[in-house]
Amino acid sequence: MTQTLKQTPSQTVGPYFAYAWTPELYGRRPLATNRLATHETPGEHIRVEGVVYDGEGAPIRDCVVEIWQAGADGKHAPGAAGFGRCGTNDAGYYFFDTVKPGGHGDGQAPHIAVTVFARGMLSHAFTRLHFSDEAAANAADPVLSSVPDDRRGTLIAQRADVPGGAVYRFDIHLQGDQETVFFDC
Amino acid sequence: MDSVVREAEADFGPRDWAQHPPYLSPLYKSTVLRSPRKPLIPMKQCLSVRTGPVFGHDSVDALDSDLTKNGRVNGEPVGERIIVTGRVLDESGRPVPHTLLEIWQANACGRYVHRWDQHDAPLDPNFFGAGRCITDAEGRYRFTTIKPGAYPWGNHHNAWRPAHIHFSLFGPSFLTRLVTQMYFPGDPLLPLDPIYNGVPEGARELLISRFSIDVTEPVWALGYEFDIVLRGRLATPMER
Repeated sequence: MTQTLKQTPSQTVGPYFAYAWTPELYGRRPLATNRLATHETPGEHIRVEGVVYDGEGAPIRDCVVEIWQAGADGKHAPGAAGFGRCGTNDAGYYFFDTVKPGGHGDGQAPHIAVTVFARGMLSHAFTRLHFSDEAAANAADPVLSSVPDDRRGTLIAQRADVPGGAVYRFDIHLQGDQETVFFDC
Repeated sequence: MDSVVREAEADFGPRDWAQHPPYLSPLYKSTVLRSPRKPLIPMKQCLSVRTGPVFGHDSVDALDSDLTKNGRVNGEPVGERIIVTGRVLDESGRPVPHTLLEIWQANACGRYVHRWDQHDAPLDPNFFGAGRCITDAEGRYRFTTIKPGAYPWGNHHNAWRPAHIHFSLFGPSFLTRLVTQMYFPGDPLLPLDPIYNGVPEGARELLISRFSIDVTEPVWALGYEFDIVLRGRLATPMER
């Protein structure tokens, strides 16, 4: 490909995206939600949840987390079935009800691709979520292996088995000592 | 067929950081505590980011692209009716067909429907301010809307955002995702706006739409053109 045109620059989502992106509260039909799985969806049903923090550890309430994942069979379904979108609440909290993805069969551990948008972020950030109960697959994962040891933990969602199912905790720190690993990809 | 497969497997070119704003842009104060500071880690593009959600034509209806109609309660929205149209292209100039655009904006008075917006300007009962559209086979999109007003914000003394429309695009993969803002030509607030000026010099001008008399519809609405360029795939080995 000959690169002849320049990429259109990114800009922040600003504070007022909710009525367009997560408009249920405004009586409008959302294009995507944070509930990716129905009762019929095959696989282990899980919740992924966390809080998005700024550099002083304050929760961010005007943030959107988007995810893209394979199904339990490791395949990406056609359409938008593997896509989720959740705005954080006043406590900076987000969650997705989904299924645990299978591996792609390419040597990578099961994971979920994550994009973070917020007021105050002029460009979005990419990260990815791995699962704490996939220790062997994580140890062999080439992306996790490329991350310095002391930062790898920011990409591992910690599993807790609670009444109702498995919950994986994945806090996102935009900045600071615990800054989440973000990727250039 | 072989070349088609190779094309689909080719990596996307990198995010061009000469075009995009850095995370930290101190004049836009909210970036100070919300900017990642550690270096981004390079990641090989695997299946989960080379693919992405595909939204079909069933995800939008006809009114979604006409913001002068999709919020009507008891009359027409107030303000200057405009047409905003353009093409979504990749870096090699190829159209990005059948991809979703979402837009949102303030009304003609500079007030958003969002419940947090407390700006002392009237809401318009007939204007919601959000729309969706899917590009056609040539990557073309078209919205009818109301020209948004400028509005004050708390970044610094007497800070005003230039009139703008927020755009969100998906493109063919998770990597081509783009959220941006479209501005209007000649806006005197542009040189003063730290969000617009967070974009590197020489790139930010791409965010300004062009007035077009050809898009303008007689006795109806002024027309603006705004093309959007997403990341494209890198060159593949010579095709047979």
